[in-house]
Amino acid sequence: MSETDARIGEIVNSNDVVLFMKGTPLFPQCGFSSKVVAILDHLGVAYESVDVLQDQEIRTGIKTYSDWPTIPQLYLKGEFIGGSDIMMEMFEEGELQQMVADANIPKAI
Amino acid sequence: MAMSAEAIEDLIRAALPDSAVTITDLAGDGDHYSAHVVSSAFAGKPRVAQHKMVYEALGGRMGGELHALQLTTAVPT
Repeated sequence: MSETDARIGEIVNSNDVVLFMKGTPLFPQCGFSSKVVAILDHLGVAYESVDVLQDQEIRTGIKTYSDWPTIPQLYLKGEFIGGSDIMMEMFEEGELQQMVADANIPKAI
Repeated sequence: MAMSAEAIEDLIRAALPDSAVTITDLAGDGDHYSAHVVSSAFAGKPRVAQHKMVYEALGGRMGGELHALQLTTAVPT
């Protein structure tokens, strides 16, 4: 396991919900990141965000970590859930809401 | 570097021969597409695995040459 993998593992395992994105929730730098922030805000859950534009190692490393080619990426309790398309589909089907409820994720303050 | 809708469809159909692929050029700029892929090969697989199969078919272009492809997958009904 590379040093970057270990760093990513530490981040996703020490926060219930982690979003790797371009930019910040307040200032997303990409349409897809902006879309998933809107979904998470709508769910009202507390989450940690990582701006991959500020960290080239994570920007590259996260794609190998999950074997997923794009950003944003959502992790729940250490598990990779998907990118923006999957989040959107799960949200529309009510699956994301259910998953968050089942995992007892605290509400955002 | 943009890709044509036909090239995307060809790559997906080469890897998933039974698939029905619908590509939409979202912005008309040959760079922002949506793809809906229906294949029996997705049966019983979680969404992440289904999407990975399509990304694999695209041979590493996703996130690079092909920067914006909105993907949805389904099993034939």
